[in-house]
Amino acid sequence: MTQVVDPEARAARFIALEIHESTHDRLVWGMRQHRDKAVAGIPEWEELRELASQIKEHTLTHLDKYLEEFEAKATSLGTHVHWARDAEEHNSVVYDILSAHRVKSVIKSKSMLQEECGMTPFLQNRGIEVTESDLGERIQQLSNEPPSHIVVPAIHKLRTDVAELFAKDLGTDPKNSDPHYLAEAMRNNARPRFMAADAGMTGGNFAVAETGGFVVCTNEGNADIGASVPPLHVASIGIEKLIPRARDLGVFLRMLSRSALGTPMTQYTSHFHGPRRGGELHVVLVDNTRSTRLGSPDFWHALKCIRCGACMNTCPVYRRGGGLSYGATYSGPIGVILDPGFDLRKYRELPYHSSLCGSCTEVCPVKIDISDQIYKWRRVVAAAGLLSLTKRVGMSALGTTLAHPTLFDAAESVAETVLAHAPRSLLYNSLNPWGKHRELPTVPKQTFRQWYLENRKKGS
Amino acid sequence: MNARDAILTAVRRNLPQPPVPLPATHETDRKAIAGGLGYKEHLNHMPEVSGFPDDGESNLPYFLKQLEAMGGRSFDVADATAARAKVAELFPTAKVICSVVPEVPGNRRIADVRDPHELNDVEVGVVRSPLGVAEAGAIWLSQHELVVTALGVLSQHLVVLLDPAAIVDTLHDAYGRLDLTASPYGVFLAGPSATGDIEGVIIHGAQGARSLTVLLLKSGRQPGS
Repeated sequence: MTQVVDPEARAARFIALEIHESTHDRLVWGMRQHRDKAVAGIPEWEELRELASQIKEHTLTHLDKYLEEFEAKATSLGTHVHWARDAEEHNSVVYDILSAHRVKSVIKSKSMLQEECGMTPFLQNRGIEVTESDLGERIQQLSNEPPSHIVVPAIHKLRTDVAELFAKDLGTDPKNSDPHYLAEAMRNNARPRFMAADAGMTGGNFAVAETGGFVVCTNEGNADIGASVPPLHVASIGIEKLIPRARDLGVFLRMLSRSALGTPMTQYTSHFHGPRRGGELHVVLVDNTRSTRLGSPDFWHALKCIRCGACMNTCPVYRRGGGLSYGATYSGPIGVILDPGFDLRKYRELPYHSSLCGSCTEVCPVKIDISDQIYKWRRVVAAAGLLSLTKRVGMSALGTTLAHPTLFDAAESVAETVLAHAPRSLLYNSLNPWGKHRELPTVPKQTFRQWYLENRKKGS
Repeated sequence: MNARDAILTAVRRNLPQPPVPLPATHETDRKAIAGGLGYKEHLNHMPEVSGFPDDGESNLPYFLKQLEAMGGRSFDVADATAARAKVAELFPTAKVICSVVPEVPGNRRIADVRDPHELNDVEVGVVRSPLGVAEAGAIWLSQHELVVTALGVLSQHLVVLLDPAAIVDTLHDAYGRLDLTASPYGVFLAGPSATGDIEGVIIHGAQGARSLTVLLLKSGRQPGS
C-alpha cells in the first residue's frame, strides 16, 4: 500500500523556519520577474506561444510517424536507439548498456526522466557509482532529496544549508557560505570525476525527427563535458520530446530560457547528432505512461511541456510551500497535473495543493491549460472515491447547503452568531487549518439577505 | 511484442483526434536564404525591440550587448597580430594554450590530441565560430571548429574569433543556415559556463569555461598578415 503524500504537512515542515519560506518566495518570484522582463523584449511572444503549441500538438497527434522518422535518421547517423515501456525497462536497458561497456562510474547531467525512473538508486544498487554534475542536483544528491524545482533543483536551500552540507561531504569550511566559494569547491570536486567517469549520461530537451538528433540545454556546460570526455554517452528521452524539424527548434529555444530564468538562451544549447569522433552514443526512448496519457482527451496536452518551470515560479502555493512539499518527481503546477498520472492514490492530495488562480496557464510558453487540468484531476480523484474523509464530509455538506436556499439562510445566520461569540479555542484549532496562520474576518451584525430585506425589499 | 512495437502500437491506438496540422512555413531553397527560414515570416516584430537593428542596419551592437549580458566580453582586433597580442595580454600567465585557428598560435597541437582527457590542463582554448546570433549573444561551435569537442568545455578560458559579417539576427535565421547533421556535436554558446543554483547568485565558471572572450576579426586572414 503506497503512502499517500500529504503536501500540507510537508509544506508545514518546510516553513517551520520562516527564513526558508521568505527566501524561497523571493528567489522564485525573482525568476518570474526576470521572465516578465525578457518576455516584454519579444513583441511576438504570443505568436511564438501559439506556434509552439501548434507544433507540439501536431507532433503529438502524429507521434508514431515522428518516432519512426527519428529512429531511422538517428540510426543512420550511428546512434544506437533503444526503447523502454516503463521505468523498470529503462533502468535495465541503461544497465545493460553500461555493463556491456564495463562501466564502473557514471557522470550525469540533469534529467527529470531519469529521476522519474529512479535510475540512480537502481544503478548504485548494482555497483555503478553515479555522480550528479549539475550543482543543484549534486546538492540534492548529497542531501538524499529529489530536486525541488525542475530548473534550479536546490532553490529551497539557503547558502548556509549548502555550506553545512559541503563541509561534511567535500571538506569545505563550514563557516564560509559564499556561493562563489561553494561553487568553486564543487567545480574542483567534479572535474576529477568527469575525468574518471566511464560514461556520461544526459537527458534531452528536444529530439528532432528530421535530423535524428537531440538538444540538451544547460547553463553549466556539464552535459557537454559528460558527453565529450568519457567514451560512452547515454541519453534518456521521453517520447513526448519529439519535434518535427530543425527549424522548429528556433521557436522553442527562444522561449525556454526566457520562461525559465529570463535569459535569451541557456548558456549551452547543445546538439547531438550521432557519436562524436572516438565515441559511442545511445538514446533510450521512454514511454512510462506517456502513451496512456496521449489517449486522455482531458490530459494529453500536458505532454506539450518543455520543462521551463515558469508555472512553478508564478505559483503562490509552490512559492510558499517549496517543491519538496509535493513529495514527487515533478513539483509545482505541472507536477500537480503529471504526478497523479503515475500514481493516483499516492498523489490524490496534489490537485488540492493549488488555489486555482490560473497564473500557471498564463505563463506557460506552450499554452498548456494547467489550471483547468488541476480542476479536472480533482474530479478524477473524487470519481475514484479517493477524497479524504474531511473533504468528503465538508464537500457533501456544502453541496447540500448551497443547493437549498432555506438551509443556506439558516446556516448563514447560525454561522454568524456562532463565529461572533465562539471562544478562540473553538475556532482556531486543528479542525480549521485555514485559521492556523490567519485571523478569521470580523463578523458583520446581519447577513446580506437580512440587510437586503430591511433596506431594499420594502422600497421596491 | 518488443518494447518498440508495443510503444508504437500504444501510441497509434491513443493518438489524439483530430490531427493538428503543422503551422505553415515558407518553404524555400535552403541555399538561397539569407534572412532565415520558415517561421521568420510569422515573426517580424523584432525590429520593434529597443536597440534591435532595422533591416539593413548592423546587428553587431545588439549582439555585443546581449553577449555582455550573458557574461561574455568582446574586443575588436584589426588583424591576426592584434589577435595574438590580445590573447597574450588577457592571459599572460597561461602555460597551456590550445589553438585551432591559424591567427593565434598555441603550444598544444589539437592534431596531436588522441584522447579528450589530454585537454584537461588547457588554460586557454582558441577557436573560430562560423555563426553568431544577435538576439541571444550566442556563437555556434561544432566538432568541425573544435576538432576535439571537449576543447570547448575543458578549457578554463575560451577565446572565440568571430567575423562580424557572420552574425545573424535571430535563432530562426541561424537554423536556416545550419545543417545539424553535418557534425555530431554543435553548441550555441551564450556566454561562459554559469550557475545560479545557490540562492540564485550568478556565478561564472560552474563546470565549463570560466570566461568567454569574442575577438571580432574578419575570417580568411593569415598569421602576420
